[in-house]
Amino acid sequence: MDIKRRDFLKVAAAGGLMAASSAGPAIAREAKPRIAGGLGLLYDSTVCIGCKACVSACKQYNEMPPSFSSSDEIWDDALDNDSKTYNIIKLYKDGTREVKDREKDGYAYIKRQCMHCVDPACVSACPVSALKKDEKNGIVAYNKDACIGCRYCQVACPFNIPKFEWEKAFPQIRKCQLCNHRYEKGGYAACAEFCPTGACIFGPTDALLAEAKKRLTYKPGNYEKYPVGRVDGNQTTERLVTPYITHIYGEKEGGGTQVLYLAGVPFQKLGMPDLEEAPSAAKSETIQHTLYKGMIAPIVFLGGLVYLVHKNTKDE
Amino acid sequence: MKNTDFKALSNHLSGVSRRDFMKYCSIMAVGMGLPVGMGAQIAEAVTKAAKRPPVIWLSAQECTGCSESLLRATHPSLEHLILDLISLDYHETLSTPSGHQAEEARAASIKENKGKFILVVDGSIPLKDNGIYCMIAGKTAVDILKETAKDCAAIISIGSCAAWGGVPSADPNPTEATPVYKIIKDKPVVNIPGCPPNPYNFLSTVLYFVTFGKLPELDNLGRPKFAYSRLIHENCERRPHFDAGRFATAFGDDNHRKGYCLYKLGCKGPETFNNCSTLQFGDTGAGTWPVGIGHPCFGCSEGGVGFHIPLFTKASLHMVTPPDTYPHIAEGQGKGVGASLGGVAVAAAAAGAAYAAVNSVVKKLDNEEKGKK
Repeated sequence: MDIKRRDFLKVAAAGGLMAASSAGPAIAREAKPRIAGGLGLLYDSTVCIGCKACVSACKQYNEMPPSFSSSDEIWDDALDNDSKTYNIIKLYKDGTREVKDREKDGYAYIKRQCMHCVDPACVSACPVSALKKDEKNGIVAYNKDACIGCRYCQVACPFNIPKFEWEKAFPQIRKCQLCNHRYEKGGYAACAEFCPTGACIFGPTDALLAEAKKRLTYKPGNYEKYPVGRVDGNQTTERLVTPYITHIYGEKEGGGTQVLYLAGVPFQKLGMPDLEEAPSAAKSETIQHTLYKGMIAPIVFLGGLVYLVHKNTKDE
Repeated sequence: MKNTDFKALSNHLSGVSRRDFMKYCSIMAVGMGLPVGMGAQIAEAVTKAAKRPPVIWLSAQECTGCSESLLRATHPSLEHLILDLISLDYHETLSTPSGHQAEEARAASIKENKGKFILVVDGSIPLKDNGIYCMIAGKTAVDILKETAKDCAAIISIGSCAAWGGVPSADPNPTEATPVYKIIKDKPVVNIPGCPPNPYNFLSTVLYFVTFGKLPELDNLGRPKFAYSRLIHENCERRPHFDAGRFATAFGDDNHRKGYCLYKLGCKGPETFNNCSTLQFGDTGAGTWPVGIGHPCFGCSEGGVGFHIPLFTKASLHMVTPPDTYPHIAEGQGKGVGASLGGVAVAAAAAGAAYAAVNSVVKKLDNEEKGKK
């Protein structure tokens, strides 16, 4: 056989080079901007008391069965988001757990649900557009009729949110859709509507971002007014401000998310991934679109392979 | 208690001061979830009525426990109820006359109050063998019920037997014990289940009817919503122990003595709709109701639970709620992580397969190269 490993790799490299040179930066997919009027949540870990009213309300208004993790099967005690649990409260604890929202010898709550990314990786990864980002409110919603069950969204999501119904014969992907079925009748995200302290509030993301920025200017020890339910509603509660980490999670992470977090403990300790500002969807699409632009690179690569095979085929 | 002042004692038993009467009406209003001011309206309705509302009380397959529990109500006392508030024209245990006299009183009352009287039934109605298993004065219970119900305004089925079958309907239900609402279909039927039911649930229903001339709001099983809309479990004083996972596991064990949750002893609170946990029972002070004194609820008022599911069998939960504990930020083990690990596994498998494929091609080429040399 005349073909050498070296030759083979050369051909392969040529294909890759060609693709790269024909691409250039012009083809790079830009990160998508925030949608004006995009809806989201602001979850403030320092305000959360861990009552799980949001967990119960989420279950009730999305008509989900309980998720059991203990052998007793008497509590709805999921350990993580799953196909029956769109929303969950987790606990960070350290040492003696004396003070709330303190990293050392303290504890803190964190609410986990879909972040409704500005540039969602799941939508980018979905080959059949079963997951789509709504043009008006930016909610990442699922269409079960389009889904082929490939579960690329599960792998793509940096927050580990889309969940597959492994136990069902005709499984679907399950995730928080920000209670978009409740808006028509004047309802909104149940987790915010039923939060007694205003730890989780609902509204347009720009208003939530403004509220989050305002909270970071509050002086610990002062009493300030915190909205309850909706950021643009008329319900407020007065509360003693406790120290914040001066960072709004979701403002820039992974290209930004419509759900924003504030906390008194570093977000990495609360299990939130440390993401780059560039959304992974833009990055992966840039690579993909570069490789496949005009189908030139694939054709060159295939041509090389055909040539190799042809060269090595002997007439007998 | 020694009380030698018989005059005062007699006052206490039958005489009711205006103050007591108003108090009672207010308590009734509050018990039904009505505004306190409604008490005055109840009082007015009761006193202004030209005639006390006539009541006929029929008994079938029952143990008289419902009447007994009613006898022990203190606000109002039974004598106040039947002498001042309602006109109890027929009751097999409480009637002064007996035999033909009693039957005549019933017939007279039906005739006189046609379409106006309240019919109270306690006990289930046997239907097997033409209903011969319960007969009074030569008539079967089902016939008596039908002829009386024909002319009544509304029916109140007091007790589990009348409301859904109760003890007599327990397997194998030898007499084909049947609840009243399955026999009388053309009259409004209010079910007040319980074994016995709380007398105040019954009294409140009667007073509501007297005051507003209509029945209180009922659920899909015909039970007044003011009393039966919530699970016992929802308002149980031991509920925090349930949420925190603190259970009594045997009668008299340490946990039982500490007042922990009785779920694991078979408490049927999680599947029984009643107001025992808020109203309690028997006017004997705080904490006096089955669960309060350390015995699991056995679901006496819930059809298909009481007398049907063994006492110490664990209840099935109507509403499963989160526990008083939290998952950690990253759970090391358990079911919950399965899905997330699954995601990682898929990615890892894909990467592994790709790596293996590339590796094998390269190796093959290498081998072939070596083979050539």
